[in-house]
Amino acid sequence: MRFIPALALAAAVLLSGAGVASAQENLESLRGKTPINQEARSDNMFRPEKDQEIIPRNFQKQPPLIPHSIKGYNITQNFNKCMDCHSKERAEETGATKVAKSHYLDREDKKLSNISPRRYFCMQCHVPQFDAKPLVENTYKPAAKKGE
Amino acid sequence: MMSLEKYMPAWVKRIGAVTVLLLFVAGIVFWGSFNWALEATNKEEFCISCHEMKENVFKEYQNTIHYTNRTGVRATCPDCHVPKEWGPKMIRKIQASNEVWHKLLGSVDTPEKFNAKRHELAQHEWDRMKANDSKECRNCHRYDYMDYTEQGNRAARMHPKAFVEGKTCIDCHKGIAHQLPAIDQHIGKQNEGAVEISHGEKPEAKTEEKK
Repeated sequence: MRFIPALALAAAVLLSGAGVASAQENLESLRGKTPINQEARSDNMFRPEKDQEIIPRNFQKQPPLIPHSIKGYNITQNFNKCMDCHSKERAEETGATKVAKSHYLDREDKKLSNISPRRYFCMQCHVPQFDAKPLVENTYKPAAKKGE
Repeated sequence: MMSLEKYMPAWVKRIGAVTVLLLFVAGIVFWGSFNWALEATNKEEFCISCHEMKENVFKEYQNTIHYTNRTGVRATCPDCHVPKEWGPKMIRKIQASNEVWHKLLGSVDTPEKFNAKRHELAQHEWDRMKANDSKECRNCHRYDYMDYTEQGNRAARMHPKAFVEGKTCIDCHKGIAHQLPAIDQHIGKQNEGAVEISHGEKPEAKTEEKK
């Protein structure tokens, strides 16, 4: 198994070398033109997006994005703030998206009565949105959906 | 002075006008100092002069919007935990003598001890706020002055609904300034058997069924 990281690294170096060479001159990184040995000062910090409607998925089975601010929402050992609205008991009242059925399966695909503990950390997959505009245009297109 | 004496009540004549005046001034001084001492115990600095508060609840509160925010308007400890009206404030202050007793006993003098009692302590505050219709929240957050168009989608949807149902702030807004105790959310074994958080809906639903 040891060759895999090395292989991946080699591939990354090769790809980046080939791909970046042309874009390198006019592409500015998120930290601006500040030299690497100085601290970048950002007057224009990224802010969380305001509450919005459900964001369409970009590809099948994409973990849905979080379309609202999650400031002050903590997931601790004691309490999972997300589940305060998104759990199946609470979703109807709060109007939040219910947790998907796949989250009730343990790793042997056995159905549990509630969320599987391995799904506890929501933000491992579901991420909130910030107003950070992409540095380069994204031309990603999802594979055709079923029936298309 | 002779003409004034006619209008003086008998008891003033008996103890003398000067004594009355002195008593009056003494009253002001006494009341003023009493109030000053009371207000001195009603400050954030006083609260966190105990390490019980400073090391536990105050640290958690520093990450929240009531400690630091865009405009710098803050709600400090007494703003939420001590009523503003004189009568309820006196009652709360007398109750607080129990807290002095537990300070002496060292009931919550380590974070471990504090966390062990966190649920009980939180429940006291939830009960108190539920009973007084979240009075301390409403000193600033008046729902009859809320502009729903300025609120986020979720808040604008939930607030009118909750107010119609007769809910109060604390029903939903638990753990906004301090960390919550272990809550059983039916996720794994970690918090199994711990309290379940109420959103004020359970008793509401029961009374409706009875009707």
